[in-house]
Amino acid sequence: MTAVEPSAVPAARTAPEPATPAVVSFDHVTHWYGNVVAVNDISLELGPGVTGLLGPNGAGKSTILHLLSGFLSPSRGSVTIGGVAPWRHPAIFDTVGLVPERDSVYAFLTAREFVLASAKLHKLPDPKAAAERALQLVEMIDAADRPIQTYSKGMRQRAKVAAALVHDPKVLLLDEPFNGMDPRQRMHMMDLLRDLGQRGRTILFSSHILEEVERLADTVQVVVAGRLAASGDYRTIRRLMTTRPHVFLLRSTDDRELARVLMASPAVQGVALTKDGLEVRASDHGTFTRKLARSCRDAGIGLREVIPSDESLESVFAYLVGA
Amino acid sequence: MYNTTVAWITFRALFGRRRALLFALPALILIVLTLGLKSASGTVADWPAIVLGQVGAGAVVPLTALLIGTSVLGSEIDDNSVLHLLATPVPRRAVVMAKTSVATAVTFLFAAVPVLIAGVIAQGGLHSLAVGCFLGSALGAVVYSCLFVMISAAVRHPVIYALAYVALWEELISNLVSGAKYLSIEQWSLGVAHAVSKNTNLNAHLTITPSLVLAVIAVVVLLTYATRRLSAFTVRAD
Repeated sequence: MTAVEPSAVPAARTAPEPATPAVVSFDHVTHWYGNVVAVNDISLELGPGVTGLLGPNGAGKSTILHLLSGFLSPSRGSVTIGGVAPWRHPAIFDTVGLVPERDSVYAFLTAREFVLASAKLHKLPDPKAAAERALQLVEMIDAADRPIQTYSKGMRQRAKVAAALVHDPKVLLLDEPFNGMDPRQRMHMMDLLRDLGQRGRTILFSSHILEEVERLADTVQVVVAGRLAASGDYRTIRRLMTTRPHVFLLRSTDDRELARVLMASPAVQGVALTKDGLEVRASDHGTFTRKLARSCRDAGIGLREVIPSDESLESVFAYLVGA
Repeated sequence: MYNTTVAWITFRALFGRRRALLFALPALILIVLTLGLKSASGTVADWPAIVLGQVGAGAVVPLTALLIGTSVLGSEIDDNSVLHLLATPVPRRAVVMAKTSVATAVTFLFAAVPVLIAGVIAQGGLHSLAVGCFLGSALGAVVYSCLFVMISAAVRHPVIYALAYVALWEELISNLVSGAKYLSIEQWSLGVAHAVSKNTNLNAHLTITPSLVLAVIAVVVLLTYATRRLSAFTVRAD
């Protein structure tokens, strides 16, 4: 993997701070495993809503989640959840839920026993009711009395999510939560997490699958080689990456004439006629989008469609990892 | 201080693994050996003291405690299922106490009680040697369990370190270096057994007072250190 373009990083990291008070905070956090730097000088703040932690395998996503859940201590910098450092402080789990990535659960228990045990460990006033509510949330009621060892990977994931949700945590940390889930389970889990985010919970989930993050997350934290490569809304991040031209696909009544008109604009780096329409590479997103309609009108060209073809998260991610 | 849910999960986990089949093996060997020697009685003088002391308190108890003590926490740490337990607000001291108490109870059942049974078989009734070795083994069950739970909390691959303690320290070094007896759980057990039975064939090097005092100190230190280490539990890098 090549390094992130230095020019892209500072621009992308100027994404706006969350408007609501930060619940989760990383302040210049670094973590080493021996001589290996897993997380390198990361600062971020998260408030309520769903945040996707995106990065290739080995980028440091799990390390970030383990630092947040107190299962690793920062080698440098500070980590807080609700103002409290989680390291050596298990009481944070009164308000935090964790879904670890690894498939290891108490496989000899049924899902109902597992979730009920979690409710009791949280000392909930009515653990049975809380366990049933959590099992219902993940649609596991019907299979709840089977031992977990008989479950598919997706069902195990749902049982783990139910156990993490049983005390209705304010902060939910999920490490690759969609692993092994079939499309229907995945959709349901996304709806559940989205709903929790809308109800003011702070949800942070890691994934190396762009489509999952794009569909679910309000904001993304892109981690590459242990560094925070970008932070915020991915469309905003893309626009801040000013060293990269923005690619649009235009369809008009006269693509050839439109190409000639646009090439006169300093905001346009290049155009190409394709079978799908006119592909335009704009160096200045703002100027191009502001002037496009006026240029078409002045030239007497009917503009039918404007498609930003590299504003997907996949495109942003490809730029950031230099792929 | 103590969490019954942790104890319940620990108990289920302990007997939910194939390794549980091994728990009864040392005790089974002790009983079979006792029956064999009983049927050939008279060939070795004072064999009950040797079997109950050296084999029972000196081998069956530490080996059973090793199998159980490293299972209650070490296996969960190895497969990371312990994360589900630690991702709760339960104080780490309560986790250590629950796991150690389960390990102690199961070791008592699978090691100390068989020593008593072997003693009754060997002497044809409940005599002071059987009672002494049983009480010594019960003390051993407590201290060994604390030690092996602590080792599980402190290091990866706890079985290796636990075996090193039993085989190298207790069986080799404490027999060669006189001062090492003060740090031998086996000698503390034999000290109690000797105080009750007054049987010199037990080969006890300590009296009951230092045995009990050192055992109590060891339990406190081991539980405190295990709690400290579990409080600083870290996830391994993939």
